[in-house]
Amino acid sequence: MSLEYTSSEMMTVTAARALENGTTCFVGIGLPSEAANLARLTHAPDVVLIYESGTLQTKPDVLPLSIGDGELAETALTTVAVPEMFRYWLQGGKIDVGFLGTAQIDRYCNLNTTLIGDYRAPKVRLPGGGGAPEIATNAGEVFITLKHSKRAFVDKVDFVTTLGFGRDGKGRDNVPNIGKGPSRVITDLCVMKPDPDTKELVVVSLHPGVTREDVKDATGWDIRFAEQLENTSEPSEKELTILRELKARTERAHAGE
Amino acid sequence: MAEFLSLHDAVARYVQDGATVAMEGFTHLIPFAAGHEVIRQKKRDLTLIRMTPDIIYDQLIGAGCAKKVIFSWGGNPGVGSLHRLRDAVEKGWPHKVEILEHSHAAMACAFEAGAAGLPLAVLRGYVGSELPSVNDQIKFIECPFTGERLAAVPSVRPDVSIVHAQRADRQGNVLVEGIVGVQKEAILAAKHSIVTVEEIVDDLKAHPNACVIPGWAISAIAVAEKGALPSYTHGYYGRSNRFYKEWDAIARDRDIFTQWLDANVYSAAHNDGHNPAGGQA
Repeated sequence: MSLEYTSSEMMTVTAARALENGTTCFVGIGLPSEAANLARLTHAPDVVLIYESGTLQTKPDVLPLSIGDGELAETALTTVAVPEMFRYWLQGGKIDVGFLGTAQIDRYCNLNTTLIGDYRAPKVRLPGGGGAPEIATNAGEVFITLKHSKRAFVDKVDFVTTLGFGRDGKGRDNVPNIGKGPSRVITDLCVMKPDPDTKELVVVSLHPGVTREDVKDATGWDIRFAEQLENTSEPSEKELTILRELKARTERAHAGE
Repeated sequence: MAEFLSLHDAVARYVQDGATVAMEGFTHLIPFAAGHEVIRQKKRDLTLIRMTPDIIYDQLIGAGCAKKVIFSWGGNPGVGSLHRLRDAVEKGWPHKVEILEHSHAAMACAFEAGAAGLPLAVLRGYVGSELPSVNDQIKFIECPFTGERLAAVPSVRPDVSIVHAQRADRQGNVLVEGIVGVQKEAILAAKHSIVTVEEIVDDLKAHPNACVIPGWAISAIAVAEKGALPSYTHGYYGRSNRFYKEWDAIARDRDIFTQWLDANVYSAAHNDGHNPAGGQA
């Protein structure tokens, strides 16, 4: 008997499963934060979550609305200054995984959170880079999670805020002292990984009930599929229960202020 | 030695038209009361520096105080866009605002370099990013020892930095607790500094390694109770996530924003004019 769940829940659970217990993870706000905390509350109790506000090894009871909610400092092992966070902990090589969201992503995993249109005359101004440009290059590897749509998955990003593998897939070649870059992209439809040689994103696993056509229709380029295409396993009852409790607690906390 | 001034007098003395101003606080301890005082005194042509412009700079930009904004993440945290920032950049309202955009790592390093009295900060940053193509203040240098290509940005040296903190003692020494952001760096990097505090106490009761800024390194201290709302002060009051969400609708529309500004900043009288409810009127 299968459980009832939404595609968003499928995405969060799949993203959470990507984090192994004991991993040191630099967490972006929003979907990555939701997934990372679900991991901590399920299979990865010893995952170390670090937010750019300086909160090191934090265990929030509710999801933060902002990157610097008091909850993060109150439940952290310690809170350091922001320059220390970026210089010692991130640039110093102490982070295994950077977990990011994005507004746009292209076939080589380049991320755009800066703007849509031309830089000097933008159609839509987005928030900007924040921590992402250095998280993506100074963490050991990078996981990316976002909803799948043609608006988000574009052939070429309008602006490379944050390096995936560059506009030609070779952006990390021969650059010393940086991480290996994006290793998986988790959406509400599928899981993708970069081709080991070309670095172009390839679908490696389809979520239950999702077809190749669904993914093609939501992707702005001719997306490739792995020869050994897998089926993502469904969320378990335990994962769904813990995720829903976390979101309910969060909603109550944010409504009450 | 820090002088104890009213917020009005501190801003009148240290924030001049055309100045470079950093109002810091990384999501936490954002100096809203001071920002409102700057708006009320109709300061103009300011270069505003902040890692996360947040609602505070959205208000200053919409009120016409800004000439230029230097930042690294310009959103309403957890909510979406800063509509006043976008309106100024996209449509030039109330006038065109120049932007200079960095990453967090570079800005944090630039504040630290400013505090250290250096002309530049060096970091392993901007690798593969197109930000250097739109910001001529991002350069690359070669490490003289290893040959590694590293990013360099000018240090941040504001005319005045403004931060909020939990408390000061009667000698003007200030204690900052919780998420400390780049507060200390901002103060030490600036020519002048204003610190607003929740209260003045006899004894800071600070632990040996607490973040304490000596009074002699600060220009002025002003008491501003609830001076960080709708941001928060660790140990005093929480963040008004509700107001951050409400701000989206207020800031989206020029008329609603203007009315909000009239009612909550220009007309606000008590507590040095800061509406401690965060403008929930």
